[in-house]
Amino acid sequence: MSGHRHGLLRRILFPLGVAFFTVFSLAPFVWMVYASFVPKSQLLSDPFALPPQFTINNYYRLFASANDGIGADNFRHAIINSLGVCAVTTLISLLIGSIGGYAFARLRFGGKNALLLFLLAIQFLPSVTVIIPMYRMGSAVHLLNTWWILIFAYTSFALPFTLWIMRGYFESIPRSLENAARVDGCSRFGAFLRVVLPLSAPGFAATAIFTFLNAWDEFFFALIFTNNYAAKTLPVALSEFTSRHTIDFGLQMSGGVVANILPVVIALSMQRYIVRGLTAGGVKG
Amino acid sequence: MREANLAYLFIAPTLVIVGLVFIWPLLYSLWLSFNRLNLGVSPNPTWVWLHNYALIFTDPAFSTDVWNTTVRTVIFTVISVPAELIIGLAFALLLNEEFRGRTFFRSVMIVPYAMLTISNGLVWSYILDPTYGVLNVILQRWGLISNFQNWLGTPVGAMGWVIAADVWKTVPFMIIILLASLQTFPTNIYKAAEVDGAGTIQRFWRVTLPMLRPAILIALVLRTLGAFRVFDIIYVLTGGGPADATNVLSYYIYAQAFIDFHIGYASAVAYLTTIAMVLIIIVYLIILRSESAA
Repeated sequence: MSGHRHGLLRRILFPLGVAFFTVFSLAPFVWMVYASFVPKSQLLSDPFALPPQFTINNYYRLFASANDGIGADNFRHAIINSLGVCAVTTLISLLIGSIGGYAFARLRFGGKNALLLFLLAIQFLPSVTVIIPMYRMGSAVHLLNTWWILIFAYTSFALPFTLWIMRGYFESIPRSLENAARVDGCSRFGAFLRVVLPLSAPGFAATAIFTFLNAWDEFFFALIFTNNYAAKTLPVALSEFTSRHTIDFGLQMSGGVVANILPVVIALSMQRYIVRGLTAGGVKG
Repeated sequence: MREANLAYLFIAPTLVIVGLVFIWPLLYSLWLSFNRLNLGVSPNPTWVWLHNYALIFTDPAFSTDVWNTTVRTVIFTVISVPAELIIGLAFALLLNEEFRGRTFFRSVMIVPYAMLTISNGLVWSYILDPTYGVLNVILQRWGLISNFQNWLGTPVGAMGWVIAADVWKTVPFMIIILLASLQTFPTNIYKAAEVDGAGTIQRFWRVTLPMLRPAILIALVLRTLGAFRVFDIIYVLTGGGPADATNVLSYYIYAQAFIDFHIGYASAVAYLTTIAMVLIIIVYLIILRSESAA
């Protein structure tokens, strides 16, 4: 290969590629943020007018006044619902999934491999399979329009992944460490608490992030299982900004920015956990 | 306590929840699919044997819908997944090179990954809006179009843009999987290929691609499963329109069950969809096994 051709490729095509990649990746997001700060009049006449005028009016209307979207009260409720549902889901999944993962990593029992394969496979079943029966079950036990039906559903989606990842982390911890603790007088549970848990903290971080982000993003179940703001989450709230008579794009975009702050900050700061989690195999994309 | 009993105790909570959310609904929905249950018309389930399945396969009023919906789902999948793979692979190769600011640019891809699927759909519907959409403004300013276009107004346009929006959201997943695999390659493998006189393109086909095979296979299957059940982006961007042009299986089942309240019939369609998905899952597991054995 000639060095000259290589040099040309690197100097011209490569920066172009990186530039294209950056524009491709950021354009819709940047547009959402930009449009949320531009006054309505400018958005409707000339969105690129220079110099751009900026306003926080959209955010003011989002939180402090009656608006054409869903109303400030409802939007605040949606934020609280999202935070509550996702936090509880994450906690329960971590607790239940890590105990299960420990059993798969450390204990001998019949049907282990078949059960693991089954749990791994089941997370890929389409939502439409279970949504009709779950809706009828939820209705029968009066759980529709509560956090609990969403927590229940999201936990079950998260469990196979949590269990799979935590099993991997537990397996990577040498048994000898655990045994040493037990020789020193720890019970099996004591050894788990003092040796295994601290060493598998990165696994907990990765699964917590995935569970939280997936639950925060989930739309289909939230759409079907909730029809008032006792439990409607942010994705559903955002989708309702459009269903009124006129679409207030500025308001809609500012709502989008608010809903995306948490996942974007979490994902950017915890990037390596996301990469690790996704490459651990068997995660739905 | 015996070790196995302790293990079952530890796994029990997972199995109870998974059983209640997957196993019981799977059985319940099988039962529903053998019943007539149309809220309003027949609010109580009536056992009708294979009637709903007969509608799907023999009654043209239904079978045409199911067939077209399935074809659209397949079209959506076979265009979006390869597009994601090609774009994702190109970007992964780009980000695998050494250059200044690489860490920063690797973070860039996390933004579309983290963005809410619904927000993604809403931003695209704003960008594509026939009256206020920024795409029209930009293209007109560059002289590429003379009049504002209704991008989502034609069947092909709507499907194309739904696919584009979905690809945008899912490319980061591809990049992450492929980049992680690229990073495990020993560097001297390229040097060896260079010594053998292989050019950039030959190196890609003979070294990079074969080594990426396991990662590509897994990413392809996972994304196929994801694309096959696409719902959110359709719901916010097109609502299945125009004239059903983007009405895919998930959306069709949703509309049948929760807008038209044909619960029994929707359960039957959902069941057949599930069987198709299970077949893909089995393929996935076989691949996963053979790759980890290799």
